[in-house]
Amino acid sequence: MTQAAIPTARDKGLIACERCGLLWPMSGEHSPCGRCGHKLSSRNTGSIQRVWAWWLAGLMCYIPANLYPMLVTDMLTSHSASTIVQGAIEIAHHGDLPIALVILIASVAIPFAKFAAVAYLALSIRPLGRFRARASAHRRHQLYELVEYIGRWSMIDVFVVAILSALVQLNAAASIHPGPAAVTFALSVIFTMLSAQAFDSRMIWDVSPDAAPTLKEETP
Amino acid sequence: MTQTPLQPIGQDDLIACPSCDALYHVRVPQVGERATCARCETVLIAPKSNAMLRIVALSITNLILVVSALFLPFLSISRAGFYNATSIMDAILAFAQGPMFLLSIAVGALIVVVPMARMLLTLYVVAPLEFGAAPLPRAAQAFRLFESLKPWSMAEIFVLGCGIALVKVADLATVDFGAAFWMMGVLVVVVLLQDNLMDRWSIWRALEKRA
Ligand SMILES: [Zn+2]
Ligand SMILES: [Zn+2]
Repeated sequence: MTQAAIPTARDKGLIACERCGLLWPMSGEHSPCGRCGHKLSSRNTGSIQRVWAWWLAGLMCYIPANLYPMLVTDMLTSHSASTIVQGAIEIAHHGDLPIALVILIASVAIPFAKFAAVAYLALSIRPLGRFRARASAHRRHQLYELVEYIGRWSMIDVFVVAILSALVQLNAAASIHPGPAAVTFALSVIFTMLSAQAFDSRMIWDVSPDAAPTLKEETP
Repeated sequence: MTQTPLQPIGQDDLIACPSCDALYHVRVPQVGERATCARCETVLIAPKSNAMLRIVALSITNLILVVSALFLPFLSISRAGFYNATSIMDAILAFAQGPMFLLSIAVGALIVVVPMARMLLTLYVVAPLEFGAAPLPRAAQAFRLFESLKPWSMAEIFVLGCGIALVKVADLATVDFGAAFWMMGVLVVVVLLQDNLMDRWSIWRALEKRA
């Protein structure tokens, strides 16, 4: 049958605890869950402000993360400090085009896509907004899970800087130090994760275009 | 509390999907099978045989691995007669000088403190249940914390980061994996196995019944 045929806890006048899943009567809104202590809310409507706040903080950290060097390399004869994009270009000049592409996708394209995806999801659930998402709730839910899953992996760039800085300490021969972008990049990843976590995915389904077919069936 | 305490509803026969709020009648699947949400495919119930005992065993394995991997070298590098070996502790302290020490704290938290805390919380919550005792005080809060820390446990990302670091310095110097690298590799598998065994619904029910 259509997906919209499945009732929600809210339809039945119930609140499911977001953490432990226990069901409570609607009158329990805003009081703590009796099993795990988490504050009950049927829909975390206030969370959209938090989503945007973290989103903006993440974006503001992401800009300097791309303008300042991530790594500073000191060799016997040379000193170089390169941003993420410069690092990828250097690798491409060495002839390693595939690796350069992987770095560009992982460190530039994916973070950018994450900002776009969270913004799209947040806009798509505004019930009164003029913006109407064309993707089905199912697709948007998949997008949300993808963002949640991929978000943490961006931290890999910071770990690589940490590993390289600790590892490549060969006195005069070669040494690597973290650049200022390592800090802002890490903050950007953390803020985007918090932004995605603040998002209440249950709201994706509330203003779902999937609900339209059943409405049409009722009023032919 | 000044209000009259709320009564939970239908904990035996109703379950709501945490991701999309769809409401279902509980139908506990066979051991090894999973009940998923028909709308968003979130796993709702996934009973495993002997899950609690295996979770406890894996947590202990995990803790031993982290603690012993902490100070052993995980990568070593040599070039032109110079040699350096790095432990996870060194990688955490890579940012320790100057204003970047906050990053050191963050890296240490994400790759060591959070994963270890999650394992200790698991033991605290699951071990008494496995051995038939009453849950320890605040076990529900501990389990809630365990779940919310999940995205912040990044040991597996760190292990992959080692691989990338290796590629990056391959033409600069000779790099070798140390014992700790392989221990962290095993740890990633252990964490995956444990996440797979963890059935939220069963654990919440067990916590509730024995409280
Ligand atoms: Zn709860
Ligand atoms: Zn669902």
